[in-house]
Amino acid sequence: MSAALANEAFLERAPLELRDTLVHLLPAPLQWLGHHILTIVAVLAVFGLFFAFTTVAERKLLGRLQNRLGPNRAGLPQLSILPFHIRHKLFGLTQPFADAIKSLTKEDIVPAAADKTLHFLAPVVVVAFALMTFAVLPFGRLLIPVELDAALLYFFAAGAGSELAIFMAGWSSRNKYALLAAMRALAQLISYELPLILSVVPVVLATGSLSTVVIVASQGAWSFGLWPHWFVFTPWGFTGFIIFLIATLAETNRSPFDLPEAESELIAGHLTEYSGFKYALFFMAEYFGLTALSGLGVTLFLGGWQAPAPCLEFIPSYLWFMAKLVGILVFFIWIRGTLLRLRIDQLTRLSWQFLVPLALLNVGNAAFWVLTAHWSGPLYALRWALSIALVVIPFLLLGRSLSAGFAPRTYRYAS
Amino acid sequence: MLGSGILNGLAVTAKNFLGSFHDPARLVTVEYPEQHTPVPEAYRNFPFLVSESADDPLGTLRCVSCLTCEKECPPQCIVIVRSKDKKPDATGKAQFYPTTFNIDTSVCMSCQICVEVCPFEAIKMDKVFAITATNRFTELLLNRDQLSKSNAYYHQIHPVEAAEVDARLAAERLAVEEKAKAAAAAKAAAVAKPPVSPPGATPAAAAEPQTPPATP
Repeated sequence: MSAALANEAFLERAPLELRDTLVHLLPAPLQWLGHHILTIVAVLAVFGLFFAFTTVAERKLLGRLQNRLGPNRAGLPQLSILPFHIRHKLFGLTQPFADAIKSLTKEDIVPAAADKTLHFLAPVVVVAFALMTFAVLPFGRLLIPVELDAALLYFFAAGAGSELAIFMAGWSSRNKYALLAAMRALAQLISYELPLILSVVPVVLATGSLSTVVIVASQGAWSFGLWPHWFVFTPWGFTGFIIFLIATLAETNRSPFDLPEAESELIAGHLTEYSGFKYALFFMAEYFGLTALSGLGVTLFLGGWQAPAPCLEFIPSYLWFMAKLVGILVFFIWIRGTLLRLRIDQLTRLSWQFLVPLALLNVGNAAFWVLTAHWSGPLYALRWALSIALVVIPFLLLGRSLSAGFAPRTYRYAS
Repeated sequence: MLGSGILNGLAVTAKNFLGSFHDPARLVTVEYPEQHTPVPEAYRNFPFLVSESADDPLGTLRCVSCLTCEKECPPQCIVIVRSKDKKPDATGKAQFYPTTFNIDTSVCMSCQICVEVCPFEAIKMDKVFAITATNRFTELLLNRDQLSKSNAYYHQIHPVEAAEVDARLAAERLAVEEKAKAAAAAKAAAVAKPPVSPPGATPAAAAEPQTPPATP
């Protein structure tokens, strides 16, 4: 490992060098433990901070999208141990820390009728499952917490655990609203689990591997030194990516699919009986899940840590990964600032009548792409044309059947 | 095509996002404690006592402590104690004056009835809307010193209305003066004596304008 490491650029290997230096301070029998604990701490610290700043970025961006300013007041508190006080408001960037202190100091109310153990366990489990998915994401060329052969399988298995936790929360609250909302949430999550996984299958078909490392490595080439071979730039990859994004929005309870919580309609869905830091944990798990799924999207479709052009490879790979991740999250925030919430029947209809057939066809499309990999010359153009047709024609037909009787809508009073 | 509405929506919000950085019409937020929007002229809230001069607010109060507003006030938030002696008012005429004039702004409902019943144009509506205090029993009870504000301030907050009030007051004083002159002339003609001038002193003083009425 260290010989291969020495060939890398300094910035590329700096995190690993730091980890190895720290691990070597421990006695030899404990080094494996230190190694793993350091990895966990690094993931927790980086993505904990990332979560904190995602929330403030989300609020500020949403504000701008809705012609508001967003939070810009939280500066630094005046501490009596410090002789000075920074009066600058720091553009509200310390807001997440103020929020954390607020939720920590709030009273933690557990309903008298609640199942105390499960009620306590649900937020813990939901965060744990959300964090477990980070283990198999390759954050950089050398940075991957656990290198598994069946990484994709593991990712979805761990991610599905959060559904259990949501039902746990609804059930243990002993509140009919929480229970009904948890059932609705389950219906939604299970409906969208299918298109989510089906949208990933083409990638597995194309690479022949479930390992995220192999998947990223197989996207690491450029045509003409400019056009990256990311899967999103193939017809099936683009379709898969869009389906993946939609399913991710639904899986992480985000607008326009935020029915389980629906803060303006329901009390708070399955979170009705949660307060204080337990509520914050659910919130945190939602963002961890979103970040992890976006990270998977980056890994599978956007080339993971690969730079978009060979001349940009001097920037460390983990920065490329983070840049792409931030890009996806900003897009999700943009979506949240734009779209309205769906009804539950519209939501399931979209999944079963549109996304699932399209994703199934997309698997066939990917198979066609893989089988015609050796076509060249005019056949190469035919390959692209056929593959695009396999996406566009079903999209148009399905879209027409889905919107039959609804579109184009005429507005009598508006416009 | 399915999804085109979503793309249109994304374009709209993107325009909002970019516009919020350079287009004031797309970012209408006023950061309140630091910034204020101008309050419309017709806005009125909480009464104050008009005094003729900013230099000596308590000495030149128009209020003659007739107690009309105290009696009319629906929530009874005005407390007035009339003076035992008389002092010359702005026109030089000896008048009672309020030794105590309190308005409890925690009770006052800004109904403006005190302003409408006042025969002396002595109490007018203010434009303050953010009276804050740490103690509602003492600091929200405004006394004579806090309530008296100059006519110039009144011109500043309600220019049109203040000009009307000034014109009306000037006309009234002119009428009083002319009446006194006519009475004096009639007396002089009837008695044909050297005129005694005590009543004439007041109109003479009233002829001097205290504050030039702003022409609207």
